[in-house]
Amino acid sequence: MEKNNYLDMELLRFTTAGSVDDGKSTLIGRLLYDSKAIFEDQLEQVKGSSERKGLEHVDLSLLTDGLKDEREQGITIDVAYRYFATPKRKFIIADTPGHIQYTRNMVTGASTANVALILVDARKGVIEQTYRHSYIASLLQIPHIIVCVNKMDLVDYSEEEYLKVVKQYESFASKLETKDVRFIPISALHGDNVVNRSEKMNWYNGSTLMHNLETIHIGSDENHTDARFPVQTVIRPHSDAYHDFRGYAGRIDGGIYRIGDEVLVQPSGLTSKVKEIYRGEESLAEAYAPMSVTMTLEDDIDVSRGNVITKQNNQPEALKEVSIMACWFNEKPMNSSMKYVIRHGTSEVLGKVQEVVYKMDISTLTRNSEDKGIGLNDIFKAKIRVSQPLLCDPYFRNRRTGSLIIVDETSNETVAAGMIA
Amino acid sequence: MKTYNLKHLQELEAESIFVIREVFAQFQNPAILFSGGKDSILLTHLAKKAFSPAKIPFPLVHIDTGHNFPETIEFRDNLVEKLGCKLIVGSVQESIDKGRVQEETGINASRNALQTTTLLDTIEQYEFDACMGGARRDEEKARAKERFFSHRDDFGQWNPKNQRPELWNLFNGRKNMGEHFRVFPISNWTEMDVWQYILAENIELPSLYFAHEREVFWKNNTWISVGPHVQMKPTDQAVKKQVRYRTCGDMPITGAVESDADSLEKIIMEVATTRTTERGSRADDKRSETAMEDRKKQGYF
Repeated sequence: MEKNNYLDMELLRFTTAGSVDDGKSTLIGRLLYDSKAIFEDQLEQVKGSSERKGLEHVDLSLLTDGLKDEREQGITIDVAYRYFATPKRKFIIADTPGHIQYTRNMVTGASTANVALILVDARKGVIEQTYRHSYIASLLQIPHIIVCVNKMDLVDYSEEEYLKVVKQYESFASKLETKDVRFIPISALHGDNVVNRSEKMNWYNGSTLMHNLETIHIGSDENHTDARFPVQTVIRPHSDAYHDFRGYAGRIDGGIYRIGDEVLVQPSGLTSKVKEIYRGEESLAEAYAPMSVTMTLEDDIDVSRGNVITKQNNQPEALKEVSIMACWFNEKPMNSSMKYVIRHGTSEVLGKVQEVVYKMDISTLTRNSEDKGIGLNDIFKAKIRVSQPLLCDPYFRNRRTGSLIIVDETSNETVAAGMIA
Repeated sequence: MKTYNLKHLQELEAESIFVIREVFAQFQNPAILFSGGKDSILLTHLAKKAFSPAKIPFPLVHIDTGHNFPETIEFRDNLVEKLGCKLIVGSVQESIDKGRVQEETGINASRNALQTTTLLDTIEQYEFDACMGGARRDEEKARAKERFFSHRDDFGQWNPKNQRPELWNLFNGRKNMGEHFRVFPISNWTEMDVWQYILAENIELPSLYFAHEREVFWKNNTWISVGPHVQMKPTDQAVKKQVRYRTCGDMPITGAVESDADSLEKIIMEVATTRTTERGSRADDKRSETAMEDRKKQGYF
């Protein structure tokens, strides 16, 4: 691999969801295997396990099952992360289970993804699970969906069968917020249209799955308009050389900052100008999302963790009542009389769920305003009230400043994730 | 038109620095677990960047099995001096002397498993509430399911079935007294990413990683170095080979690979074409199919 090529690569994160027999593990195994991300000793281990199970072929799906229980039961329980690279991009796969009881894992995997891979069995067409996976991808604002119509080998590589599935999917995709939806007929088992073009589907003029993953435009997935710099910590070296140094350390969640820019600190409202920007020891003229930097300001004003450095003409809303779409993660049901800890950006406040507006039935994509009991895996719309105002952006504007988690103070567990409306 | 896109190494760097700063902000008494291997060296380098121009605000904790390569110890001491940060050494030998653990015997004996006790004792002694490590998810299948912020109960144990969901950039470090966290800021890096970044940033490494001549013998499908603490059978034959190490573990169990790669550029070429995982030459992972998962549950790195 050329050194310079490698340094020029982009990073794409995608998520997959699937259950035991829709070929998800085989597809991932195929992507890893065909892009040579699997090493000989890993393959040997999988070959050994396949033989012990009495299988005739090497079961590529065994590559992706991590925990002992998962291998014994042949299912994926948790989110597993996989890595591979081509000369164009580095990929991170968040591989999640597909069954409804693992909705929370799918939501977790989807939270940072640029692309969602949705697998549809060509024989079965669009089923309940397809709605669910697509809805979660849309809810979490994954910008691109690739629908892989899999097992084309079992329908004789028929264009007619493929188009039937596409039509079915399109008729419900209008309910989704995702604008970019693509379709690819594949056979993960035989490798058709995964990395290499299929010779059995000449009627298909589009490109392979790998080509899509390598070329899909992800440059505009970051928000470079609304300047948001949540302060994580303040750096004060206390050394002779940097006696008066006061640096604000954080990761830029949106926008572009340049030296000399006028800034406004929330919630205090104090204003100043950007004096210096550092990445490590390197001084920069400008910085943008999602860079981790240290900034100094011209004036000695009070800034601390939980504050957001923004710009005068573009502010997040400071809200004490926040409307969210949320997913409940815990076996212990939601308790509306309980105080929870809300973590948003770099701040932590107390909060209460004031009202459940409706619960989403994600198998039928219908709203339920009657039953408002919230338990494990429920997706719902709610209003929460917090002790200190949160500096909010709508989730569709910014996935980082528009998201929060809810923590149970008694168990310290993360019990829910919310997206600000 | 200028584009505002980060390349993948820059994005990985930004993510890791964010995580390291979260550790500093959310915990009272964090530490970096430093093994002297390239991953913990990378982690330390990122920590330096995260708090520059201040010094790294954490101590480096080294669990010393007493079976380390001398090159590793020398490198460690030099680095600590250069960074001006504190070094804390937890000694496995001391744990053995105190009767906290019993040394394994036999030809395949190693102190690998004993480290867990020393590590947990050290965490308790210094009351660390977060220990950062250089583990990566691509290393091993049990690690593929590890969180950035990984909760440990008051016995230091990992419960893989009850991990906290981790979404966006929101890390939940809340815990009860006596519990602690392991944090893995470079979770999303692959071996190739680590090498490319080391080259791009010109990070110094122990000489073990580069090809050198060494007296070795063939054991369990790999080249083991001749040296103190290494047991040889009468039938084992020592030979001189041009070798290098892909990981820095204990001397008796870490295998070398035959290699002419004596520069970072050559190592990267080698990594790009190599067909076995870097942990493939570690005897500690080969004890059973779930060797890593079992050790992690008990509190291993």
